Amino acid sequence: MNRENVPFASSGIRVHPSLTRGFSLAPGLLLAGLALVALAAFMLSLAVGSVRIPLDEIVSVLLGGEASKQAWATIVLKFRLPKALTAMLAGAALSVSGLQMQTLFRNPLAGPFVLGISSGASLGVALTVLLAGVAVGLGGSTTLLAGISLAGDASLALSAIAGSGLVLLLVMSVARRVQSGMTLLILGLMFGYTTSALVSVLIYFSVVERIQAYISWTFGSFGGVTWRQLQVMAPAIVLGLAGGHLLMKPLNALLLGETYALSLGLNVRRVRLAIIGTSAVLAGVVTAFCGPIGFLGIAVPHLCRSLLHTSDHRLLLPAVSFMGATLALGADIVAGLPGSQLTLPLNAVTALLGAPVVIWVILRQRNLRQAFAG
Amino acid sequence: MMTNGTVLRTKDLSIGYRRARKAPVVIAGDLNFSLRPGELVCLLGPNGAGKSTLMRTLARLQPSLSGKIWLDERPLDELRPGQLARRLSIVLTDRVDVGAMSGYGLVSLGRHPYTGWTGTMSEQDQQIVQWALHAVRAKDLSDRLTVEMSDGERQKVLIARALAQQPRVMLLDEPTAFLDLPRRVEVMDLLRRLASENSQAILLSTHDLDLALRNADRLWLLSAGGDLLDGAPEDLILNGAFERVFSAEGVTFDRERGSFHTRQEACGRLRLEGDGVAAFWTRRALERIGYAVERAGENGQSSSFASNDNPPQPVNGAVTVRKHDAGLTYMLDIEGREERFATLNALTTYLRRGGAGGESDAKVDEDLYARG
Repeated sequence: MNRENVPFASSGIRVHPSLTRGFSLAPGLLLAGLALVALAAFMLSLAVGSVRIPLDEIVSVLLGGEASKQAWATIVLKFRLPKALTAMLAGAALSVSGLQMQTLFRNPLAGPFVLGISSGASLGVALTVLLAGVAVGLGGSTTLLAGISLAGDASLALSAIAGSGLVLLLVMSVARRVQSGMTLLILGLMFGYTTSALVSVLIYFSVVERIQAYISWTFGSFGGVTWRQLQVMAPAIVLGLAGGHLLMKPLNALLLGETYALSLGLNVRRVRLAIIGTSAVLAGVVTAFCGPIGFLGIAVPHLCRSLLHTSDHRLLLPAVSFMGATLALGADIVAGLPGSQLTLPLNAVTALLGAPVVIWVILRQRNLRQAFAG
Repeated sequence: MMTNGTVLRTKDLSIGYRRARKAPVVIAGDLNFSLRPGELVCLLGPNGAGKSTLMRTLARLQPSLSGKIWLDERPLDELRPGQLARRLSIVLTDRVDVGAMSGYGLVSLGRHPYTGWTGTMSEQDQQIVQWALHAVRAKDLSDRLTVEMSDGERQKVLIARALAQQPRVMLLDEPTAFLDLPRRVEVMDLLRRLASENSQAILLSTHDLDLALRNADRLWLLSAGGDLLDGAPEDLILNGAFERVFSAEGVTFDRERGSFHTRQEACGRLRLEGDGVAAFWTRRALERIGYAVERAGENGQSSSFASNDNPPQPVNGAVTVRKHDAGLTYMLDIEGREERFATLNALTTYLRRGGAGGESDAKVDEDLYARG
């Protein structure tokens, strides 16, 4: 039997023009709009802060020119630019990671934070930061208190990635055995408790300076990332984002569930590992450099689904990247309390912004399963 | 399009589950069967007989214990995932929640084995999606969100999705399970048509015996003991295989009417006069309340399920269905008394109350119904 003769593609069926276009115009415009808003937020975050700098001055500084005040160029280039870049990258990374987790676990409340990936990263960082403190506390050398070098950053990032990767593998190995997503959420919660218990023990035996360093790390901040640290963070996140976007087709297939995905020819085991891998890198790197930043990863995918009315990852992945970047920049601007010398802990702001969003999404949908795409 | 070849066949296939450090659980063994292009085969069997396990094994969602499966004359386990997905598609019982996705988007997922890494569809892919929606009579669902669809509509779109994979074999696990009766008939009819129009082999598992008997080209009866009986529905009824597989405590299969009944002693025997649809449903009503019914003109042999094993009881009375301008009248002649009823409800109520004892009430009912 000749397969070509099967009348599947038999002509005579008229194709509706609006359906042949692939991406229709509206989502394309929406994506462009989201990108523009992200750019605007980026410029705004360079302009506002303890000192207000006019936009034209910022543009001229960014283009390599002179600012009318020397201090402005220094503020923009040394402080605000790395901070804004960090915020954009971190927001995009957490949002993509959250979207991937929600689709993989088919659970609307999944996200890097909920599943304990950030807890894992926290434990990794706590072990690195505090154990050194323990050594000092037990009479070790004080040179360990010296500032963190680039090598130190890399080890911080590596310990965070290792921590988050371990948690994800743990969650996945359990996920393969249990059917209920609720079990996984409880597991993530329990892991969070375990982590904080271990961290408490470490804190108990550590020295004050190290404890303070750790606690201020848990507040989350985009401002602590220097240009040198960005050299590690940016490539890792860009690679993770690229990897995440490469998974758009498998993620769409996973909307149907793993069995259907398998029947569509997807190598589910490999895809699952790839999703976990990129998600762990994204969440782990952000957590390592900026601290455990909550809510963005859960809230942004929901916002994008509501905005774009789609669960197609070909649209959602770029959309959550742009919106994640925008909201991270926005949260950072708010945390900086423009016009004042004060700053708020970043995590307080993301939670204050993010919690109402999650509540809104849940209340808005009659059925939670409908609220979430797959 | 019809060829004599088989599109899927098995040799000494054994299905079940492997256990760590223990002997595997064999659900069914020594299965030798084949599927031909263009035929609709229904897989029937009691719960736990292994219908889903067999389906899953054929779709390579779980490994077989031993034996071989060929798909398109190639060993199933040698096909790459993409090659398998272009030859075999499935529709599962699991409820699918894809969130905000249109019917068109859902069917498009069926093109995954054919598209590149972004999943972008070519002109031809889009035509095939359109064709699949058209084939299941669901073009109007193209732009509707799947979350807003009824169970029947969603099932049609899921079948279109499986169709968009352009498979040689389609496996459907209880595709009619959550549907109301008209939708069940529609889906079964649709599958039957798809099989013959596209020369596909369609295997579906179902508990819907009646629909399976009417629509399947062949039935596979999987018994609780792990035997697979293969044949035309009518053959399996006539040779008693159907009754054997489904024999259960207190339930018998009525070969004459092709349906199951609970076995019970007849509480009496009535003779039924009248013809056509009215007589058919009168008989159903009388049998429901436990009477053996004998049609006028028959001699009382094998005309009723209760008489299969027992010697015929003496006839207690007779029911006559009369048709007239105002509708139907049911005349009951029992124990020397004659009663008239306007509805079967009045008749059965009267009989259930033991005739004379409930006479007045039944008459009241009758009057109410007659006026209403």
